[in-house]
Amino acid sequence: MRTFVFRWLGPIAILVLLVAVWEIAVRVNDIPKWQLPTPTDIATAFREDHALLWEHTRVTLREVLLGFACALVAGVVVGIAIDASRVLERAIYPLIIASQTIPMVALAPLLLIWFGYGLAPKVIVAALVCFFPIAVNTVDGLRDADREMLAMLRSMGASGWQRFRLVKIPAALPSLFTGARIAIAFAVIGAVFGELVGASAGLGYLMERSAAQFQTARVFAAILILSLMGVGLFALVATIERIALPWRRFITDADRS
Amino acid sequence: MIPDPAAHSARSSTRIAPARLRLDRITSRYDDHGQSTLALEDISFDVADGEFVALIGASGSGKSTLLDIISGLFAQTSGEVALDGEMLPLKARLGRTAYMRQRDLLLPWRSALDNAALALEVHGMSRRDAREIAAQRFPEFGLAGFERAYPAQLSGGMRQRVAFLRTVLADRPLLLLDEPFGALDALNRVALQTWLLDLWERERRAVLLVTHDLDEAIFLADRVVVFSPRPGRVVHVEPIDLPRPRSREIVTTPQFLAHRAVLLDALGLLQTGGAA
Repeated sequence: MRTFVFRWLGPIAILVLLVAVWEIAVRVNDIPKWQLPTPTDIATAFREDHALLWEHTRVTLREVLLGFACALVAGVVVGIAIDASRVLERAIYPLIIASQTIPMVALAPLLLIWFGYGLAPKVIVAALVCFFPIAVNTVDGLRDADREMLAMLRSMGASGWQRFRLVKIPAALPSLFTGARIAIAFAVIGAVFGELVGASAGLGYLMERSAAQFQTARVFAAILILSLMGVGLFALVATIERIALPWRRFITDADRS
Repeated sequence: MIPDPAAHSARSSTRIAPARLRLDRITSRYDDHGQSTLALEDISFDVADGEFVALIGASGSGKSTLLDIISGLFAQTSGEVALDGEMLPLKARLGRTAYMRQRDLLLPWRSALDNAALALEVHGMSRRDAREIAAQRFPEFGLAGFERAYPAQLSGGMRQRVAFLRTVLADRPLLLLDEPFGALDALNRVALQTWLLDLWERERRAVLLVTHDLDEAIFLADRVVVFSPRPGRVVHVEPIDLPRPRSREIVTTPQFLAHRAVLLDALGLLQTGGAA
């Protein structure tokens, strides 16, 4: 508890200082609220618009989680396929890497044309940005499996499925979680980007509409929620990782190499 | 010093039990950048039931390759491997021996108990039953109280004992041990050798131990098979007639030293002065 307090004391102090400077600077210079609201204005926006903010947060959160879940399933399946077959590796891997050069900015309007203003295009954008880190880290993790451990299992008479279940999957999990942590943060950005291109709900949509109405404090409130959502989901994945891989706590950096 | 094959098989046939392991003219070649290299040449010897055989030779004499061949992990170029009198092709040998390599190869995500029970699980036992059986033998292996520890929390000697327990619990009549003490410091090594000898006295399973430690080979084995450097050939077989059970003091006896001198000679290590 003590170390916890000390670790967070610095960042919190700086944050409080910055917010105070912001509040004072805006008031002293008499900057209009529609241009740059003060922290207290943003707090007021939270209080007054909480129902509205919550409604749009739920939409965005659903897009993020659905997109992430789709990418998790697809990324792990494709990762396993690439690891299992050299033919598939040669066929799929270059395409996956090449796909990363297509800017999402160019793709999102097309998705809008094909899938409309609803949930689907946002989920797809979120899934597309999540897919790459998950698939690549799954492949890396499966390849990291110790060859001698696999040979040992073979000498015991273990089947291919047993070797996969007992060695390959557990060996790949740390790397898969690394991919998942990166992906979940990307998913928030992807979903909001999908909403900015064209939507009828969600925090991205709310930000755009509020900016057009010069409700700048509400824009800030939405940004703050998005940021908290990203941090919270990242922390959630990291917590699941810690619970799912208890043995990792005892591995020192020297063991890892 | 090439062993007389007739005398060798006569010696084996006096035993009632069939040979646990019979190697018949095993030769192994491998392709190294298009160049064919001979790793093992014409290897023939037996390991009888309950016999402890040590295999000694310079590094690169193909000792580990031979264990890979016996266990079914690696195909020989020619020759036959028979287990319990049954000539077995490569894949059929998988799962028939208990093979322990120099690295403990404990799965880092499994507790000591689950690592020890691994072979039982692979052979189809439920995890619960496998754990129960493994747990019973933890005290005997000096591991009591460490059932739930992860490998990263254990010392090198303890990890090696967990790997040993896993190998023993595989419940196969032939143990293949590839330098199981190679990675340990001298004190730990001596302690584990004595401990292995005790264990073997109780279980009397057939063991084929690969080592490059001469004293270890003489101290533990009934017979020591000496390999030449690449390609590995059997250059000498030394029966060790030291009485059992053996204790550590035996390493200073004249008989022990006599075996040592013969084996040093077979390894070509006594001719340092006579370089031509």
